[in-house]
This record gives sequence, structure tokens and C-alpha cells, in this order.
Amino acid sequence: MTAPTADAVVSTTLLTLNDVHVSLDGVRILAGVDLTLDRGETLGLVGPNGAGKTTLLRAATGLIELDRGSIEVDGEPLGGFSRLDLARRVAVVQQLPEAPASMRVDDLVLLGRNPYLRLLGRESHHDHAIAHEAMVRTGCGDLATRTLGTLSGGERRRAFIARALAQEPALLLLDEPTANLDPEAQSAIFETLRELAAGGVGVLVVVHDLTLAGAYCDRIALLDGGRVVAAGEPRQVLTAESVARVYGARVTVMQHPESGAPVVVPAVLEAGR
Amino acid sequence: MTAEQTAEQEGRAPIATAGSYARPSLAGLGPVTIGWVVLMLVAAVALTQGAADIPARTAIGLLLERLPLVDLNITAPASWERIIVDVRLPRVLAAGAVGAALSFSGAAYQGVFRNPLADPFLLGVAAGAGLGASIAIVSPLDAGTYGFGWVPVFAFAGASVAVTIAYAVSRVGRAVSNTTLILAGVAVSSLFGSATSFILITGGESARPILTFLFGSFNTASWDRLVVATPYLVTGAVIVALFGRILNVLQLDEEQAAQLGVDVTKVKLIVLVGASLVAATAVSIAGVIGFVGLIVPHVVRMLFGGDYRRLLPLAALLGAAFLITADVLARMLLSPQEVPVGIVTAAAGAPFFLYLLRTRRVDGLR
Repeated sequence: MTAPTADAVVSTTLLTLNDVHVSLDGVRILAGVDLTLDRGETLGLVGPNGAGKTTLLRAATGLIELDRGSIEVDGEPLGGFSRLDLARRVAVVQQLPEAPASMRVDDLVLLGRNPYLRLLGRESHHDHAIAHEAMVRTGCGDLATRTLGTLSGGERRRAFIARALAQEPALLLLDEPTANLDPEAQSAIFETLRELAAGGVGVLVVVHDLTLAGAYCDRIALLDGGRVVAAGEPRQVLTAESVARVYGARVTVMQHPESGAPVVVPAVLEAGR
Repeated sequence: MTAEQTAEQEGRAPIATAGSYARPSLAGLGPVTIGWVVLMLVAAVALTQGAADIPARTAIGLLLERLPLVDLNITAPASWERIIVDVRLPRVLAAGAVGAALSFSGAAYQGVFRNPLADPFLLGVAAGAGLGASIAIVSPLDAGTYGFGWVPVFAFAGASVAVTIAYAVSRVGRAVSNTTLILAGVAVSSLFGSATSFILITGGESARPILTFLFGSFNTASWDRLVVATPYLVTGAVIVALFGRILNVLQLDEEQAAQLGVDVTKVKLIVLVGASLVAATAVSIAGVIGFVGLIVPHVVRMLFGGDYRRLLPLAALLGAAFLITADVLARMLLSPQEVPVGIVTAAAGAPFFLYLLRTRRVDGLR
């Protein structure tokens, strides 16, 4: 990594993890993670199951105590924010977020305005307008009056992303937003994330599918055993060697015929041909 | 902007408005207005029902005449006025207050536990409050105000113990198991109910009022008790109502709520304390009356949606109307003999509970 000037750090770096150590129930999950995320950047977090991706995401929301190290948002330590302050800056889309099946999509999205409301406050026209815009940007404007129980998997994910956007976050954290979705819905969600990043939001997204990560992320951090073992542009990180080393599988990395992005396929496919 | 304002006045959701909170309601009236109208009608009918044969018009007129600036020139025996003002009115008010309290606290428990079956009766809170009240009744403590002073305090302690046990047992990691919560409540109910029975049987003459607690009844309702109970009810209700909007956020899982800026542990604790105070005071007044907090919030949700800012006041209003009605039935079914009102609500509530279980018209019930 090249060392940016001090000015650049202040103006563009949104999230900084320094030597982050986390244990859950006495088991070390993160063992010295260093990571930075800039405004307008989409950073894909990849790695095998149990590498610590979800824990890293939760740590960045201030919900887990660190054994060691520090996490900064906007150049300020996480602990320095009140819950509401943090919720105005950082929004999260969990892997399997829960909500009553009878809840309407627009009501769900409106809950994203909570960080801006006082205890006895009501949602203003401004809040409604922002919730509405969040739905439009995520393509669930038509779903506003539907209840969550009637949505498809992809629609449900988009509704929760809209809820996160209603927080007007500078930093958006997503845990496998495309798991179990068909390819078309996967692309739709990543297109949305890319538009958000273009608007200046920093996006940190846990991705299982390496090819998808390679296609849509500006940078990729490869996590293994609670450490970042490689970080950089997809082409630098998603090499056959690094992927094989971390996943312990024989894989082939090819180039997408149009974009040139890395495409990761199991080597078995070729051998069996 | 004007279009939005017009739309809002008409109760329609403006186009650029997200959320069902502006959902139109029956006949264009606000749901809370509807709740008040229903409650007033039910209360008026209840005041005309009783052993003494007093014409309905006279009964209502006697009450209206006590308002300032009202003079209806009603001629009626003085005994009629005493029956209406000192017997029927406190009874209707007590039934209303208890119904409102049970239904309101039920809605609050359901919000905190994200469990539509969490009502004071099924959680064991009512049994806990009943035991606490029983202990207060047989204790050598000065019964204080009108023989009632310590009862709500002990009932609150019992309710708090019960809800703590049910919560602690059902908590698995960061989640609360819906089924375990209710099963724990059943166990707590059974244990505390047995303890109450034990006190009743061994407590001699001083324990006799406890019998009322086992089935629930309003035949001990009096102005004095209402006056003592009101501050507790109001305090608990205000505590819960402050968090109406936050309860909406808590319908998401705890992690999401925390990420939306809610101090989940603190809010849950505060709302549980408020709800338990309300429920325990209800038990202090009328004993263990089941299922009100299950049926009424459920019906309100179906009719008016799940926004807690609307659900809480509506649950209170319609809970009051429901229990006043149940009490009238309890008085009339075997007249002149009186059936404990708890039996009437159980007769309506238990089948409803089974119906909910069977049809699973319940979110998050696994």
C-alpha cells in the first residue's frame, strides 16, 4: 500500500481498522486486522467460512468489544460516538435480518429514520421523503405497501438495504447481501451498491462468490484465520495462488472476456472436460 | 406540498409518504376516536345493567346531572343515585381500568418480547402479582389506605419476579425463544398459583379476600381502591407510552435495533417495569383475569396495524370496553348470582388462544 499524505487521510478515509483483535466466548476470531475504506469505495470482504468476515462487520458497528486495536469512523474512535450518532453514520444489512412478516415495506424503511428522531418525535415529511427515495434507489418503490411476508428473497434483501439507506449513512456494511439469490437479482443488488458508492458512500460488503466480488468491488480484502492475507484490486488479490492457498481448493482464475475481471472456477471443471 | 397536505387531511397517505402510519380508517374517523366512542357506549350500557330496576334514561341522567352546568330535573329516589354513583359507576370504572391495564400491558409485553402471545396471564405475571398481593393481604403489615395500601406494591414485586424468571429461562444467547417464554410463563403461573392457594388455605380468616384473586372479580370495587390504584396505573402507562415509537424499532431483531441507535437492554428493562406496574395494579384491583391482554391487542393489530404509537392507546380503550362487557355478562349470566369475570374472559380467551395456535396467524411463532 502506498502511504497517502496526511491531508488525504483526513478527507477520504472513512473506516480504519488498526490491529483489531476480537474473541468470542474465548475463541480468537480476529487476530490483527488492518483495513481502510475510503469514501465512494466498494470494498469486498472475502474468505472461507469462519475466516471472521461477519465478526469484522459486527465489530465495525461497535457491537463487539475489541481485545486489542482500534476502529475509527471518520477519523474518530468508535467508542467516541453515541449509539444514535453512530447510527447516523454507519448502516448495516445483516445476513438474515428479522422483522414481522406482517410489517409493510414502507414501514420497515421508515424505521431507518430512527437515529434522527427524538423519543417522542414523529416522522416528518422530510423523513418520509428520504424513506421514499431510499426505496426508489433500491428498486422497491413498487413494493411500498407490500408486507414482508409476501416478498421474494431478492425483494426482501432490497427492502432491508432501503432501510439502511434511510439512515443516510456515510458507511454501509452488508453481510452477504446476495446469498441464495439468482444471478439477475445478484447483479441488481451490486449495481445498486455501485451507484451508492458513486454517490460517495463507502461500502463494505461480505461476499461469498469470488467472481461476483471481482466483478463489482473496487478493492478486495481476503480474510483467512482472522487476518487480512491480501488486499488490493481484484486482479491482484484473486490470483489462483492466493485463492488456492486460502480456500485449500484447486481453482482456476480466468479473465472475463469483456471486463477482464477475474472469474474464479473450480479446477475440477476443466479436469473433467 | 399542498397535495400532500390535502392528502394528509383526508387521511390518505401522500404519494411521497412512506409508511402506513397515515393509513385511512373506518368512516374517516381516527382510530382512537372510534375507540373512545365504543368505550363510552359500552360504559353507558353497563351503567344501566344491575339488580335494581332503574330505567336506563334515569341512570345516565343521574350521572350527567352531577356534571357542572347540567340540570336535567330528574326526579328519582335517593337510593337510586347511591346505587348508580357508589356501586355501578366505580364498578364500571374498575372494570374499564383493569381491562385497559391488562390489554395495554399485554401489548407492551408483546412489543418487548416480539411475541404476540406474551400477555400478563400467559407470562405468569398475573399469577406473580396475585401471589404478591396475597402475601400483602395476610402479612402483619399495616394494610394502610382502605386495606389496600401495600397490595399494589407487593403485587408489583411478584409480577417483576415472574417476568424475570420467564425472561431469564427463555433467553438463548441474544434471542428469546417464543415457545419457551410461554412455557416458562405457564410453569411460573402454576407455581405461584399453588403458593397463592396454599396461603389461602392456611391463612385463616385474614386470607379470605384472596379467593377473589383466584378467579378475578369486581365485587370489591370501590372509589377508594380506584383512587389508590390510579397513580400506579398512570405512572406505568406513561413509562410505556414514552417508548411507543421505539417499540416499533424493537420489532426488528435486537441487533438491528441497536444498529438503529436503540439502547435495547435499557429500553426493554424500562418498558418491562412500566408494563409490570400496570399489570400488577390491575391484578391488585380485581385479581387474576386472563386473556384480555392476548385477545384485544391481537384484534387491534388486525384492524388498525402494528404501529405501537396507535396500538397502545387503542389496546387500552378497547381493553376497557371488552372487560366492561365481560363484567356485565358475569353479572347477568346467572343473575342474581354473580359469575367471576375471570371465568367469562377465560371462556372467550382460551378458545381464541387455541385458534391462534392452530391457524398460526401469529408472526414469528415457531
